[in-house]
Amino acid sequence: MTLTNLETVPGRSIVEHYGLVQGSTIRAKHVGRDLMAGLKNIVGGELKGYTELMREARQQATDRMVEQAKELGANAIINIRYTTTSVSQGAAEMLAYGTAVRWQ
Amino acid sequence: MEPQPSELSQGLEIFIDILFVSIPFLLLLLAYITGKVTEKRHYASIHEREGRWLNIPAINGKHLPDLPAIASAELVVGSVVISVDHFKRFLSQFRKIFGGEMKSYSSVIDRGRREAILRMKESSPEADLFLNCRLETSSVSKGQGKAVGCAEVLAYATAVRFQRTAE
Repeated sequence: MTLTNLETVPGRSIVEHYGLVQGSTIRAKHVGRDLMAGLKNIVGGELKGYTELMREARQQATDRMVEQAKELGANAIINIRYTTTSVSQGAAEMLAYGTAVRWQ
Repeated sequence: MEPQPSELSQGLEIFIDILFVSIPFLLLLLAYITGKVTEKRHYASIHEREGRWLNIPAINGKHLPDLPAIASAELVVGSVVISVDHFKRFLSQFRKIFGGEMKSYSSVIDRGRREAILRMKESSPEADLFLNCRLETSSVSKGQGKAVGCAEVLAYATAVRFQRTAE
């Protein structure tokens, strides 16, 4: 599965379009992480726990999108976009979407 | 023989009072020093790494004239969650009265963006060029009340490798 955020697969020709595929997940952080982040918030800097959380969420969203594309019989997803929204305090939604295609 | 212990306890009381009053100031001082040190170290590391990646640019265009034939392409992602320290948050209270640029906040976001781009590049060390680079910033939580106020920066692009001529 080729993933790209360009409009084509570079160096290949696309033979079939399957339309939009998407994957999303909503993740909440657990209390321990929140507490540590609260302490870290005094001194500033990177919040590693949250970075990790967002990475996991993004990976899951991407996996779900890839799963959907595979079901359609695609071998690439082009023009991928990511968006994040905070649904409520302490929970974030991660959405990945793109166009499933087949190249030859 | 009564006055001595009472004087001692009075002194102790005053000491405890001073301690309680000064806790917020001590916290501010601590945040100021640690925040300053973290920022300085982070910028030093950013400058050093940016120098190393200077030859492999990330561009937000999709095409370049005279681009060599592309052998492979893959999506690369880099992200960081960064927070503002207590001292900067305290300063921003005054800035909100007078208006104008919040310099202390913009340096934090700037660090986050550059770090995200560097992480994206570092996740694909063999790439020749990063096409269609996008940056996205979102506040993870808005810091209402006692909640944590921090921002996530996400950088993503397509890492391409050029076809090598057989030499």
